[in-house]
Amino acid sequence: MNINLDVEMIEQDNMTTLVLSGEIDAYTAPVLKEALLPLTKQPNTEVIVDLEKVNYMDSTGLGVFISALKSSKEHSTSLKLIQLQDRVHRLFKITSLDSIITIDTTVRGGN
Amino acid sequence: MEHFDFIEMKLPAKPEYVGVIRLSISGIANRMGFTYEDIEDLKVAISEAMTNATTHAYEDNEEGEVTVGFGIYKNRLEIMVADHGGSFDLNEIKAGTGPYQQTEEIESLREGGFGLFLIDALMDKVEIRNDYGVIVLMTKNLSINEVDIDDDQISTTQ
Repeated sequence: MNINLDVEMIEQDNMTTLVLSGEIDAYTAPVLKEALLPLTKQPNTEVIVDLEKVNYMDSTGLGVFISALKSSKEHSTSLKLIQLQDRVHRLFKITSLDSIITIDTTVRGGN
Repeated sequence: MEHFDFIEMKLPAKPEYVGVIRLSISGIANRMGFTYEDIEDLKVAISEAMTNATTHAYEDNEEGEVTVGFGIYKNRLEIMVADHGGSFDLNEIKAGTGPYQQTEEIESLREGGFGLFLIDALMDKVEIRNDYGVIVLMTKNLSINEVDIDDDQISTTQ
C-alpha cells in the first residue's frame, strides 16, 4: 500500500497529462498542487489528470482541483479529470463539485 | 454497562501522520467487520478530522499533539479526535461548510471547508466540542448483517 503520491507528467502537443498514483491527503496535496497549477497557466494547454491509480482522496484533493479549475478559467486553459475510481468520484458527487469540474466518466479500455 | 474496547493513539500534529491514522482505522474497522465502502468512509472522515486538527490548531506551534481514541462497540465504532492546542472559531468553520451551490461563482469558490461537510455526510453521528481545544466525536454504525467481531462461525447458504 502506497500512502504517498507519485506524479508523472506526459506532454504531447498542447495536451499535458498528469498521471497520479497513490493517495491524495493533507500531506501529499501540496505535491499535486505544485505540479498541476503551473500547467493550468500555460496558454492553449489542455490539462488532463489521470486518477486511475489514486485509491484515496479527501477534501484536500478537492481543494487542489478547485484551485486548478479557477486558474484554468483565469488563463483560458482547460482541465479534465479522467479514470476516477468510484470512491474518489463519489466525493465530487457528494460535494456537487462534479457539476463544475469536467470529469470524464467513460468506461476505460479500448484505446 | 455496555462493554467496549478502547484504543488511544497520540500523534504529532503533522500532515505526514494523516496517512498513518488512516491505515490504523482501516485495520480496526476491518477487524470489526465493516464493509469495504464503510471503511473507505471512515478513512475519509478520520483524515478530515486529523487534517483539521493539524492545520487549525497548531499553526504556530510545531510541538502540537493530536489524540485519537477508538471506542470499539459490538454495533458501532466511536472515534474521537482531539487537539489540545488553541481553538479555532467553530462558527466560522461551520459557516464555510457545505456542498457547492449552483449559484456560486467559480471565482469565489472556496478551496477549503469541505472537510466538516464530508465528515457529516459520511458518518452516522457527529458532535464537535470546542471547550478546550477541539474535539470531534463521530460514530459509524455496524450494519446488523455484517460479521461481528466476536463471531466464531460463518454461516453460508451454499
